[in-house]
Formats: sequence, structure tokens, C-alpha cells
Amino acid sequence: MALFEAHQLHLRFGDRVVLEDVSLAFEAGRLSGIMGPNGAGKTTCFNVLTGRYRPDRGRVMFDGADITGRSPQAIARLGIARSFQLMNLFDEFTVFENVAIALPQTRRRGADPIGQAYGDATVVEEAHELLDTVGLGARADHIAKALPYGERRALEIAVALASRPKLLFLDEPTAGLGSDGRARLAELVRRLKGQVTLVVIEHDMEFLFSLADTISVIHWGQVIARGSPDELRTNPWVKNSNLGKLA
Amino acid sequence: MRTGRTVPTLTPAMIAIWLAFATVPLWIEKVGLYQYLGVEILIFATYALAYNLVLGHSGLPSFGHGAFFGLGAYGFGLAQLNLVPDLWFCLAAAVVVASVGGALVAAFISHRRGIYYSLLTIAFGQVFWFIAIKSHAITGGEDGLLKIARLPARFGVATFDLTHNISLFYFVLAIFVVVSLLLWRLVHSPFGRILKAIKQNETRARFVGYDVWRFKAAVLVLSAGLSGLAGGLFAMAQSSAFPDVMSLHYSGYIVMMTLVGGGLVTFWGPVLGAIVFLLARDVIGAVTTGWMLWFGLLFVALVIHKPEGLGGMFIRPARPAPADAKK
Ligand SMILES: Nc1ncnc2c1ncn2[C@@H]1O[C@H](COP(=O)(O)OP(=O)(O)O)[C@@H](O)[C@H]1O
Ligand SMILES: [Mg+2]
Repeated sequence: MALFEAHQLHLRFGDRVVLEDVSLAFEAGRLSGIMGPNGAGKTTCFNVLTGRYRPDRGRVMFDGADITGRSPQAIARLGIARSFQLMNLFDEFTVFENVAIALPQTRRRGADPIGQAYGDATVVEEAHELLDTVGLGARADHIAKALPYGERRALEIAVALASRPKLLFLDEPTAGLGSDGRARLAELVRRLKGQVTLVVIEHDMEFLFSLADTISVIHWGQVIARGSPDELRTNPWVKNSNLGKLA
Repeated sequence: MRTGRTVPTLTPAMIAIWLAFATVPLWIEKVGLYQYLGVEILIFATYALAYNLVLGHSGLPSFGHGAFFGLGAYGFGLAQLNLVPDLWFCLAAAVVVASVGGALVAAFISHRRGIYYSLLTIAFGQVFWFIAIKSHAITGGEDGLLKIARLPARFGVATFDLTHNISLFYFVLAIFVVVSLLLWRLVHSPFGRILKAIKQNETRARFVGYDVWRFKAAVLVLSAGLSGLAGGLFAMAQSSAFPDVMSLHYSGYIVMMTLVGGGLVTFWGPVLGAIVFLLARDVIGAVTTGWMLWFGLLFVALVIHKPEGLGGMFIRPARPAPADAKK
């Protein structure tokens, strides 16, 4: 059994079917890629997998447990983290504080109404470690909203990593980045690979084909193809679609 | 907050504010004002600090807080008239009654945000106000609860009489000091920082694992309890309790005080707001009965020119964007 499995997910918004019979499996330690055109239902799929939406039908399994319909916070505490396609940071906080607030130590002290906010000795150390990992070590004291776009993307990942996840969902991590930024992000994802199970939605085919162990193609809310990058290169649909340009 | 910096429990500004208040009875009559005004200002400053825990520090737009202040006033009065006429017991009753009211409201609204949250707080505020007016047998309805005594403060061996405004002032000041100290610590604690995180981005907070609604419920109960404490002191100060403090009107005043003073940008803003508001009431009110009109215009001018409130004049602007970040 894979670390994370989705079985026959269905979801409708009104009379619009957005996910239809979507089944996915993500193996521990691997990087699974998800691709597909805009509006295909990729982000919605992440939203179902991470508890934001409850599917109309289907099941979501993590580590052998059924987590369908659990709240985002409950799922997060099981060790599943995510980044957002549209960035979602604590804008008024410093870079350091964005990460520190997401650390499990801070969460465990959440009911403490008089102690020092980040008084746990390990918080400063671990937050800096994480910031170094994503290349933001020198930015710790800057306000998040003042960061340039590429660094906000990196911070988005650092916040997700702060909860020490077993599984990390990244929704278009390179969206809006120039070639420099993409290269830096690819480098970061490459380093994360092996340390944490990754599931990455990405438009950038070069990025995905060079990093992913397996790729699923979602179109019209359905999984229309899946396989290793090599298998998908020869897939007729991928070849014919503009998604396959690079393959 | 900068990297792992600890926040001192006592700050120079805090001590200066406490000391400045301590001098008030020495000169307030010399400038043509009266001792009771000092008492009132301290009570509303306490109330505004408690209210700002919700509005400024947690970003929860509660517009029905008068209910909790009023519950505290009635809790204090009813405990004294029907149970035990002991100051500590009655103040505790004020806190407990208001906290229970807060918990009741919190149970219904903690999953809501924004405008829905506001609307529900207004609705609940109206419900409490209505009940206070209609339960004539208990609250005295619109006639109010009268003959509430200024009970003496017993500290083991020593007992202080609080019937005079000056002694009551110092008693309320002691409570203000304790409440402001507690709130200062709370705002800079793990709990307080999480509230601030929720204020900025509720969704993100959930996705890093926080039960957001629990925090929203807890902070409302806490704020309600402390507002109730202020309400209890108010009942004692004016020796009576009336439903009007629970009206939408009065709930609006506390919002105005907090915003005028700069509660959204600085911890002490609500205190400044309470001072300005009550001074304006007396000073402008001495000239014209339509003081609220002038204060309203002042409020409009302030929102246009200094939207962060008067307190914004005392704080440095947020750290500018890093120069090398523009590349
Ligand atoms: N909350 C929502 N309510 C209604 N429709 C939605 C909602 N979220 C997404 N959709 C629709 O579902 C479809 C899939 O969207 P999305 O999952 O964001 O696509 P992708 O991430 O693959 O580009 C789109 O047509 C979008 O308009
Ligand atoms: Mg998307």
C-alpha cells in the first residue's frame, strides 16, 4: 500500500463536475508529479486531499488510515503539509516568524498565555535551519510581504516544511518565476527529494520530467494518463498535446 | 517580531503610563475636571484594552461587546444584592457571568469570519440587551439595578474604604495595572502570536495545524471576562447598573475608542482612545449637547488623515522593504 492513496474521488461545484473518479497513489520517499492544463482540477484535487473540500464520493487514505473529510488542521497534524498556488503567508510577520509559528514546538505551546512566544530553545535554531534550506537565511528579519516574489515562493515552502511533514504537496511552486528562480527552486526540490515524500503540480515540463519518479496527467477532472517520465514521453496524448512539447 | 527576540514583561512606556495615571487625582480638579472622570477613564481604558484583544490583536470584528460589559455590571450588582456583599466575590461574579456569556456567543460564532462574525456579534448583543430590559424582576428593566454599594476592599489585615472617588480611583488603577500587564504578556505569548497569525491568514493557520476556532473561542471568552470585570467596576463606580451600556450604541463607543486611539497598531492605543473619548464627551459636551456630532466629525477626519489612529503617531513605521529586494 502506498503512503497516500485517493480512491475514486468525485467532486462537483453546483452542476459542474470538477473531479470525476480520480484515483491516485503516492509512494513514500518518491516525487510524484501532477500535470494538466489550466482548469483541469489539479488544485481542487489538492484541496480535497488536504481537507479543504470534502469529496462527494471517494476515499482518501494516509498511512493506512481513512482521512476523508477530516479538517485541514487535523490532516496537517498527521504530517501532511502543502504550499499554495496563490501565495498564502503571514504577511505582517517577519520571515523568521512565518516559519517559527508553523513549528510543532510553537503549536504545542499554543495554550500558553504568558510565556515568551518563541521561548522554546529549539525554535530559533530550527527556524534558521529551515530558512537556510530554502535560501532565506539572510532574510530572517524582513517582513514577509516586502520580499520579492521568488523569495516569497521559497518562504511558502519553508512554512510548509516547518511542520515537519511526512508528505508535502506543492502547487505550482515555480509559477511566475523567471528562469533563474526556476533553477533555484528545482535545486531546492531536488534536495528535498528523499527527505520527504513530495507531490508536485507543475506546468514546467522540464522541471517535472527531470525530477519526478511518476507523473499523473489530469484533464477534465480525470486522470487520463500515468507512468514514469519515460513512459509518458511516448504516451500519444502527451505527445499530441502542447504539454508534451518538451518530451 | 525579530528573530527569537524576547519581549520584556515591564517596559518603560508601561511604567510611564501607570505613573502618569497615579498622579491624576493630584491635579485633575485643578484643570477644571473632577475626580469621578478619572475613575471612568480608567474603567473604560480597561474595557478598551480587553476589547482590543479581540479587535486589534485577533482581527475579530465584534460589535456587540457591550453585552459583556453589561453582564459584568449586572453580575456584580446581583451578586452583591442577592448573594454575598463582598468585593472580591462580586468582582469574580462579574468576570464569571461575562465569561459564560462570552462562551455562549463563542459557541455560535467561532467558525465564522468577517462580516458574518460581525453580524452575529451584533445580533447576540441585541439579544442580551433585550433580555436585560425585559427581565424587570431581575435587572430592574429600564429603571436599572439601584443601590449597588461601593464595597470595601479587604486585604487580610487591612481594609480600604472605596466610597470616595480618590480611593476608588487607586483601586481601579491597581486593577488596570494587573489587567494591562496580563494582556501585554498574553499578546507576546505563544497564544498571542497564534492569534496574530490567525488574524493575518486564517487559512494558512489551519493548514499548519491550528484549530483556529478554538483560539477564536478562547480569546472571545477571555475578552468577555475582562470586559465584564470593567463592567463590574463601572456598576460599583456609579452605584447602579443600567441596560444602556449593553445597547448597540454603547458597543459602538468602545469600537470608536479603540480605533481612535490606534488599537490596530499599538498596544496602548485603546487607553489613549478612552481618554480622548471621555474628555471629548465632557469638554465638547459642556459647550453643546450635540457633542457626538462633533466627535463623529473628528472621527471622520481622523479616519481620513490618520487611519491607524492617534497611537500611530507614537510608533515607528514598519521596517521598509530591503533595498536589495527590488532586483
Ligand atoms: N471553489 C470553487 N467553486 C466553483 N468552482 C471552482 C472552485 N474551485 C475551482 N473551481 C473550478 O474547478 C475547475 C478546476 O479548477 P482548478 O482545480 O483550480 O484547476 P487547475 O488547478 O487544474 O488549474 C475550474 O473550472 C474552476 O473554475
Ligand atoms: Mg491550480
